[in-house]
Amino acid sequence: MRGDAKYSGVARVVHEWALAEAIADYVFKTAPSAKRVRVTVRLGELQAVDEGILEFALREIMKSEGIECEVVLKREDCVLKCRKCGYEWLLKEVEFGEEVREAIHFVPEVVHSYLKCPKCGSRDFEVIKGRGVWVEEVSWE
Amino acid sequence: MMVAQGDPRLAVIGRRLARVARVVPVMSSKGGVGKTLLSCLLALALSERGARVGLLDLDVTNPTAHVVLGADLSKFPEEDRGVVPPLIGGVKFMSVAYYSGENPLPLRGWEIDNVVREVLAVTIWGDLDFLVIDTPPGIGDEVLDVLSYFPKHEPLVVATPSPLTVTSVRRLLKLLTEAVKGELIRVVENMARDNSSIIADLARKFRVGFLGKVRFDEGVDRAVGDIDALRESRMYRDVSMIAEKLL
Ligand SMILES: Nc1ncnc2c1ncn2[C@@H]1O[C@H](COP(=O)(O)OP(=O)(O)OP(=O)(O)O)[C@@H](O)[C@H]1O
Ligand SMILES: [Mg+2]
Ligand SMILES: [Zn+2]
Repeated sequence: MRGDAKYSGVARVVHEWALAEAIADYVFKTAPSAKRVRVTVRLGELQAVDEGILEFALREIMKSEGIECEVVLKREDCVLKCRKCGYEWLLKEVEFGEEVREAIHFVPEVVHSYLKCPKCGSRDFEVIKGRGVWVEEVSWE
Repeated sequence: MMVAQGDPRLAVIGRRLARVARVVPVMSSKGGVGKTLLSCLLALALSERGARVGLLDLDVTNPTAHVVLGADLSKFPEEDRGVVPPLIGGVKFMSVAYYSGENPLPLRGWEIDNVVREVLAVTIWGDLDFLVIDTPPGIGDEVLDVLSYFPKHEPLVVATPSPLTVTSVRRLLKLLTEAVKGELIRVVENMARDNSSIIADLARKFRVGFLGKVRFDEGVDRAVGDIDALRESRMYRDVSMIAEKLL
C-alpha cells in the first residue's frame, strides 16, 4: 500500500489533484447513489500525469465521500500522425526539454507549439492515441 | 451492474465556476473590433471598482491578452490542487500563452475544444464577482464552448460602426438571442468616431442592452503592455463607464 507520507503533501499541491477531482465528480454524477465503485482510467502518455499522485488523490476524495473505490489505471502510449504526409510516429521517439514537458503536462495540445512532423516538418499533426485523462469505465452495483 | 465511460473534465467545470457570480464573455463575430483590448480594460476597470475579477484568454490559437496586460510568461502559474491564475493588475489572469509562449499553436477544432475543457477543468478561480472572457472572432469552437460549458453567462458583444461589422454581428446576435435571454446580452460600440446610431439601433432591434460607446483613442496602442499607462488612457475612461453599468 502506498503510504500517505509519500504522496499527501505533493498531491495536495500539484494539478493532478484537480484531475482526480474531475474523475471523482464524473463518478458522483454517473453513479450518484453508489457506495462501491470501480473506476478504470486511461492515462495518455502525452499528458504525463503522475499515476501515484492521481491514484492517491482519487482515493482520498472517494474516502472523504464515504465511497469504497477500486482504481485501475491504464497507461496508453502516445501515437502521432501527420495530416499532411500521413507519417505516424511515437512520442517515445521525441526528446523534449523539462520546460516543454511541463507545458504539455498542463495543456497537452501545446505539443503543436513544440513539435513538427519528423518527415515533412508540418505542425498539422494529430494525436491519435494517448492524449490525456479519460474514464474508460465506471462500474457499480 | 451498471457501467459508463466519458470525459471527466466536463463533470468538474460546474464546481470550478461555483463561486463565480457572473461570467461575461466578450464576443464578436467580426475580427479586430477590439475584443481583447476591451476585455482587458473592462477587467481592470471592474477590479478598480472593488470587484473580484478573473480574466480568461480563450482565443486559444492566438492569445494576445497577455500582451495588453504585459503579463510575464516566463513562469508557469502556481499549482494548488489545480492551476492558480496569477494576479496581474489586481485581476486573476489565465491564458494558454503561459504554456505555448509566443510559438505558433495551430489547432484543429476538436483540439481547441480539448484545450478549453482542460483549462476550465483545472483552473482554480476561487471567489469571483466577474469572470471576463476574451474570445476569438467568428462563431467557432471557443464561442460554442463558452455557450455550452458555462452554466450561465452574459455575453458582451463588441461592434464597430461599419456596415461589414453590422452584417457580421447581426449573425452573432441572432445566435445569442436564440439561446440567452435578451436582458443578459449587451452590445458595446467600439472605436466610435461620431454620433452614428447604427449600433444602438442594432441592439434595439434585437431587444438586447446597449451599454454605450467607446471612442477611438489614437493613444491607446502606445499604452499596451503597461497597466498604469492603460489606466491613463481615454479608452480606459470610456470602458470604465461601461464597467459602471455592468456592476
Ligand atoms: N477604442 C479604440 N481606439 C483605438 N484603437 C483601438 C480601440 N479598440 C481597439 N483598438 C485597436 O484595434 C486593434 C485591434 O484590437 P484587438 O486586438 O483588441 O481586437 P480583437 O477584436 O481582439 O481582434 P481579434 O479579432 O484579432 O481577436 C488594436 O491595435 C487595438 O489597439
Ligand atoms: Mg483578440
Ligand atoms: Zn508530415
